[in-house]
Amino acid sequence: MRRDPVLIRILIIAPIFQLIMFGYAATTDVTNVPVVIVDQSNSPESRAITNSIRGSRYFDLIGHVRDPRELKTVLDAGQAQLALHLPLEFARDLRRGEVAQVMLYVDGTDSVTANTAASYMVRMLQGFAEGVVVERMRLRGGATGGMPQIEMVPRVWYNADLRSANYMVPGVFGLIIMIITVAWTAQSVVRERQVGTLEQLLVTPVRPLELLIGKSIPYAVTALISATEIMLLAIFWFKVPLRGSIPLLFALAAVFIVCNLGLGLLISTITRTQQQAIMATFFFLMPGVLLSGFMFPVSNMPWIIRQVAWLIPYRYFLEICRGIFLRGVGLGVLWPQAVALVVFAILLFGAGALAFRKRL
Amino acid sequence: MAMHEAAVVVHDLTKRFGSFVAVDRISFSIERGEVFGFLGPNGAGKSTTIRMLSGLLLPSEGTATVAGADVAREAEELRRRIGYMPQLFSLYSDLTVEENLQFYGGLYGLGPSTLSGRMAQLQELLGLGEVLGRLTSTLSTGWRQRAALACAIVHEPPVVFLDEPTSGVDQSARQQFWDLIADLAADGTTVLVTTHLMEEAERCTRLGMISRGKIIAMDSPHALMAGLDGLIFVAEVERPLEALQALAGQPWVRDSALSGSRVRVRVADGTADVEGQLRAVLDSAGIAVERVRETRPSLEDVFVALVGDAGEGEAA
Repeated sequence: MRRDPVLIRILIIAPIFQLIMFGYAATTDVTNVPVVIVDQSNSPESRAITNSIRGSRYFDLIGHVRDPRELKTVLDAGQAQLALHLPLEFARDLRRGEVAQVMLYVDGTDSVTANTAASYMVRMLQGFAEGVVVERMRLRGGATGGMPQIEMVPRVWYNADLRSANYMVPGVFGLIIMIITVAWTAQSVVRERQVGTLEQLLVTPVRPLELLIGKSIPYAVTALISATEIMLLAIFWFKVPLRGSIPLLFALAAVFIVCNLGLGLLISTITRTQQQAIMATFFFLMPGVLLSGFMFPVSNMPWIIRQVAWLIPYRYFLEICRGIFLRGVGLGVLWPQAVALVVFAILLFGAGALAFRKRL
Repeated sequence: MAMHEAAVVVHDLTKRFGSFVAVDRISFSIERGEVFGFLGPNGAGKSTTIRMLSGLLLPSEGTATVAGADVAREAEELRRRIGYMPQLFSLYSDLTVEENLQFYGGLYGLGPSTLSGRMAQLQELLGLGEVLGRLTSTLSTGWRQRAALACAIVHEPPVVFLDEPTSGVDQSARQQFWDLIADLAADGTTVLVTTHLMEEAERCTRLGMISRGKIIAMDSPHALMAGLDGLIFVAEVERPLEALQALAGQPWVRDSALSGSRVRVRVADGTADVEGQLRAVLDSAGIAVERVRETRPSLEDVFVALVGDAGEGEAA
C-alpha cells in the first residue's frame, strides 16, 4: 500500500468527497419544486395564492402561462413539475362560499417528489382557504354565507399510478450502460497495459485511432446489448411504459456510451493497476449517480451542488430516458439534453483519446 | 532498402527522462543477418534503446534508421518492417496460440491465404504444432516465448527485436530458443537481442556492451575476449564476499568479481606467483582457499574490466 500512492490518494480523498456529496445531495426533502401557474381568475385571491407559492421554499415559481393547453408543453419539457390552474370562476366561487375548484397537473415521473409536492400544495391551499374564512369572520363577525372551500382536482401525467418503478427503471437503464462502459473500458485498458499486450499492439502498423476504435466497439456493443436487455425487462417485467421512440433512445444511448468510453479512457491513463482503476471508477461514478437526479431530484440540492450537476453527462441521459420512457417526448423537447450529451461525448472522448495517445 | 545499407543504423541516440539520461549518445550499426546482442545489467538502457528503435519511445536526440525507416519520422513504415518481442509476455492469455497468430497476422494485414501459409512455415520453424490449439495461459514459459516469437515474426519482418527473450526460461528451453534465433539469422533476418546472461551473449555474432546508457565496447564475442589483456584466475574460497573485499584493494589485482561462489581476479600479464600472493592475502584475512587456477577470459571478465575502467575514468 505504501508503495501505491495513487491508491492511497484515492482511498483518502474519496470518502471525504463522497460524504460531502451524500450529505448535501442525498436529501429526500422536497424543495424548489418548479411550478407554473395559469391564472384565469386574475383576482386578489388568485394573486395571493401566486404570492404564497412564490414565497414558499417548497416551490419555485417559474412562470405563468395564459392558456391551460400550454401547460402540457411546459410539463412535457420537464420545465415544471407542477402546474396549477386557477379557473375563471375561482374567486367568484370563493366569495360566494361555494366550493372553488383548482386544477393541479402533476408530472408523476418522479413519484416520490410528485406525491410530496402535491401534498404541500394541498396543504398550502387549505391554509389559504382557512385564512379566507378567518379573515371573513373578523370582518363581518360570525359566519356569513357558506364556508369557502378549495377543492383541488389533481391530474397526474406520465406516471398516472405514481409507481416508483416507472421512475427508477428508466434511470437504471442509463446507469447500467454507464457502469458497464466506464468500468470495462478503464479496467481493460489498464490490464492490457499492465500485461504488456498493449505494447505488442503498438508495434504493429495499427494506428492509434484504429486501436482506440477497435478497443471501444466491443464495449459499446456489449453495453447496447445490456441496454436492450434492460429495456425489455423494464417493459415486460416491470411494466414500465415506453411511450417514445426506441430508435431515438438507442441513438442517444450510443452518444452516452461514447461519453463513457472517453471517461473510461481518462481513468485508464491516470491509473496503473486494475485495483486503482476500479477505485477510480467508483470515485467518478458515485457523484454521477448521486448528483444526476437518479435518486434525489437535482432541484432539491443546494445551489452549488446544482451547478456541479451540470457537469454530469448521466444527468442529461437520465432526463432523456425518463422523457422518452414516460413522457413519450422526442427531440423537439429533449434537444437541449441531446446537445449537451453530444458536447460531452466530443469533449470526453477527445480528451480520453488524447490522453490515451500520450500514455502510449 | 538498398542492398548494401545496414539493417540498423544508430547515430548519437539519446533518451532522457527528466534529468536522468537512460541512453547516452550511442552509435552503432548492424548488418543484415547479424545476431547483435546488447549485453549489460538491468537498468543499463538496453530496453530503452530497443523501445526507441521500435518506435515506442521518441528519442530525445540523435537518429536511427531500422530497415531503412527513420524511427522518429516513419513510424508506420517502421512498424511493418520490424518484429518486436517485449520483455513481458504479451500475447492474449485467453486466446489459443493459433488465435493469437491469426490476430497479429490480421493486424499486419496478412490475407487469409498468406496467413495460413505463414502459419505452416512457423509451425515447422518453431515446432509449434503440438501447442497451436492451447490457450497461451496454459503454456510453460519456454513455449510461451516461442509463441511470442512466432507472433513477432508472423509478418516476416527483416529486423527483429527481442528484449530479454529468455528471462525465466530453463536452461534447455533457452538453448532451443537460441537455436531458433540462429535459424532466423541464417534466413537473412537481422536480430537485435538483449540479455544479461554471458552464456547467451556468446552466441551473438556481435555484441554491444552497455553500461549506464553508454556502449562501452562493441565487437564479436571472440574478439572481445581475446582483446582483454592480463590473466584471469579463479579461486574457490570459503567466504567469497569477504575474499572479494580483501582482494579488491591489492595493487597487483586489476579487477575482481564474484562469479557464482567463486572469485575471479584479473592481473597484468607477467605477474609473478599469482597463486602465492592470493593465498597470502586470504590467509592473513583468515579465509580458507580451496583451489586457485588460471582460466580463459569470459565475457563477464571483459565487462567487469571495462566497467572498472569506465569507473576509474569518471573518478579521475
